[in-house]
Amino acid sequence: MSDIGLILVPDETRPTPQLGRQAFEKRALKSGFLTGVTWLLALVAAVPLFSVIYLLLVRGGTRLFSSDFAEIITGLPPAGFEMGGGIGPAIVGTLVMVGIGAVISIPIGILAAIYLAVLEPRSKVANTARFLAKVLTGFPSIMAGVFVYGVLVKTWGYSAWAGGIALSVLMLRTVVLAAEEAMAQVPQRMKDAAYGMGCTRTQVILKVVLPTGLPGILTGVLLAIAGASGESAPLLFTALFSNYYISQLSEPIASLSILIYNFSGMPFPNQIELAWTASLVLVLIVLVFNILARLVGQPKV
Amino acid sequence: MSATAKSMFIAEPFNATGDVVIDCHVEKIFYGDFLAVRDSKVPIEKKKITGFIGPSGCGKSTVLRSLNRMNDLIPSFRFVGNVVYHAQDVYAKQVDPVVVRRYIGMVFQQPNPFSMSIFDNVAFGLKLNRFKGNMEEKVQKALERAALWKEVKDKLKNSGLSLSGGQQQRLCIARAIATDPDVLLMDEPCSALDPIATRQVEELMLELKQRYTVALLTHNMQQATRVADTTAFFSVDISAGGRTGYLVEMGPTRQIFENPKEKLTKDYISGQFS
Amino acid sequence: MAKLFEAAGSASSVSGPPTTAQYLSDRVFRGIAAFSALLIIFLTAYILWEVSWEASPAIAKYGLGFITGTEWNSNKEVFGILPEIWGTLYSSLLALVLGGTFGIGIAIFLTQDFIHHRLATIFRTIVEMLAAIPSVVFGLWGIYVLIPLIKPGAEWLHEHLGWFPLFSTDLAGPGMAPAALVLAIMILPTVAAISVDAFRRVPYKVKEAAYGMGTTRWEAILKVMLPTASSGILAALVLGFGRALGETMALAMLIGNSDQISLSLFSPANTLASLLASTFPEADQVQVQALMYAALILLLITFIVNVAGLAVQQYTIRKFEGKK
Repeated sequence: MSDIGLILVPDETRPTPQLGRQAFEKRALKSGFLTGVTWLLALVAAVPLFSVIYLLLVRGGTRLFSSDFAEIITGLPPAGFEMGGGIGPAIVGTLVMVGIGAVISIPIGILAAIYLAVLEPRSKVANTARFLAKVLTGFPSIMAGVFVYGVLVKTWGYSAWAGGIALSVLMLRTVVLAAEEAMAQVPQRMKDAAYGMGCTRTQVILKVVLPTGLPGILTGVLLAIAGASGESAPLLFTALFSNYYISQLSEPIASLSILIYNFSGMPFPNQIELAWTASLVLVLIVLVFNILARLVGQPKV
Repeated sequence: MSATAKSMFIAEPFNATGDVVIDCHVEKIFYGDFLAVRDSKVPIEKKKITGFIGPSGCGKSTVLRSLNRMNDLIPSFRFVGNVVYHAQDVYAKQVDPVVVRRYIGMVFQQPNPFSMSIFDNVAFGLKLNRFKGNMEEKVQKALERAALWKEVKDKLKNSGLSLSGGQQQRLCIARAIATDPDVLLMDEPCSALDPIATRQVEELMLELKQRYTVALLTHNMQQATRVADTTAFFSVDISAGGRTGYLVEMGPTRQIFENPKEKLTKDYISGQFS
Repeated sequence: MAKLFEAAGSASSVSGPPTTAQYLSDRVFRGIAAFSALLIIFLTAYILWEVSWEASPAIAKYGLGFITGTEWNSNKEVFGILPEIWGTLYSSLLALVLGGTFGIGIAIFLTQDFIHHRLATIFRTIVEMLAAIPSVVFGLWGIYVLIPLIKPGAEWLHEHLGWFPLFSTDLAGPGMAPAALVLAIMILPTVAAISVDAFRRVPYKVKEAAYGMGTTRWEAILKVMLPTASSGILAALVLGFGRALGETMALAMLIGNSDQISLSLFSPANTLASLLASTFPEADQVQVQALMYAALILLLITFIVNVAGLAVQQYTIRKFEGKK
């Protein structure tokens, strides 16, 4: 006879379990309530986005898609009491500075990511660089402006270069982290195959790792471009602003984000309308790059 | 043979009858402080298939990868001994492992084609070595020798990853032999394949040995009996407190399986341990 | 090097050692890659150094009184950033409470099988698009949409509940409330994304265990999934807080840029970042130095919060790698 002391329970003393669904049982009610709250939260969170898009289309779109389209896209920003005018220089300015930022940050970012993901992933340098890239991601973007101000603007004045370099500091962290992740995901066995064939380390990288990780790298690059286009704080005291098309990169330059900032506070309806128009154009640019990033990011492995 | 702390078992040397392409002499292999393999002399004979068998953890994979210095990719790896290939010690100070791997081909356990077209996969080694001749001809020949040509000749532009497991492994073999290496190292090439694909690769190996020297690792004893000319049996030595691999016996496959000299070999063959 | 393995070379018609050019380019390339990685370290250090250096004259002049001072007057050369520090912390905290709740709620919504996964992807896209909208556009929207929207409600609250410290002033236009609301919207995607990751990292077998015991969905979420994912969610909140601290443009446009310290949600206020944004462009050299000091303080605060958040994240990753 075992010591466990199990007592045989006659069947009658055990209640028959009710397996049917019981809508009003306390637990089920509580669960339903919380689910309702969660749905509400989700829908409420979507409201700002739709509100912003709606307003962009209505207040920015009516102006943009009116008969003045060409004037708006190419014309100069209007002064105080002027009517009409456009955001041409701002569009060009944004593209120019994002271009400068991209040219600087993309090569450095990818090369650094190669070191972090493939060459010496566990070294002290790599761990520190990786950690700092993540820390940089949390830095206020205005810091890039403050930094470039001290380093460049104080000596050489406001310029498109300064703005572009400030943007490159911000783009660098995105490119490095995304490229590193893309390359780290290339399976070790593929790298082994390349080593086994007698590739030097650079050959393994250039012939196998980079091509295989390219979608992820491109995603990072496109997201960095999208983010940089929307930045305004770092441009405030590096590129300043200009009402004219750029003639030299060493001069202040217009940008969509600063135009929006400047015009939003003005008491003139024409300017405010143009601020909305510029916002629409800016958001379109940003969304296009975001969607491209998403489409590109299909891994080949 | 009683094992005291000082006297450790060392296999009887195997006298190779043919040309020895790689004469591997392992004194000690370390990973950091861990002694992974000791005292194993494995001569690899020309145009024969030398099989490495043994229980898991016996170091046979380590020894195989030491032949083409693939273990260099592991930072804590240390090789004491020498591997003589064409009158050169592969571990000599002035030898660049990249060069060694150009001459010795390797096929891995998991098929690992590059994420490029089938053609580019096979042509990879040719482009790497700056081959200036007729690329298409070489690619076709390699795929024919790997018994894959018929199945892929109309879809050379497709990705190498679009093939089935068995086809991918044959693609990897084609890639390895495209540059005409004189030695082919195969690390359990069939373990990730289904029985039919395994059979295909085994038949391929028998054809390959007419042209290439093959060192084959397998955990499947029947495969060794079917395919290998010479067999080296490794086991694990736990007498010193660690798990150190070592060569127990090496000889013609027939002799190893029908008439093993060591008791340990006999026990392993008969399935007493694995 | 070419002489080695000559015999092997003649056996194979194709194989040969790498050329000198290939060896050289291998070395050079690896060197450049290492240099780029070092550049990141160097850049971060340079930023810290540069801001500190620019701030040093102001640090020497005003010392720690800068942090406790409440007046910012460039004519009198009196500078104090206490109102800005207050504004930064208060606005970020409010944003965290609101944005954090919504963010976690959305993360639960997306990961705990509430909707078909295709719908979940659409929703995820909505959240990511929210994150993509530039700060200035939110500022613009805030000025012309949000403020008019909440003004009536704010006035009602001030009239009827004005004794309550949170509602003690009138909402004249820009102020803490609209700023904190927009800030909450802006950090919501960050908190949601990291929380989603945190939930995804909970091993499936934990979920199985909970449901296997017969919990309702919410009992499983509240009693099992949330506690297990808690450190990851903490990281999400800390990092979201860090983002809020550094947010500049929308706040500059919505917070009112006034040096007041008040608990009232409707009072205008100022943050470190918006102080920089609004005063820098017109500042003379003396004021610039003071602003650099303020920038340094902001840098230090965000640095500490972000490092803390990353540390919590690292801890979470390691915890689940052990469990798995």
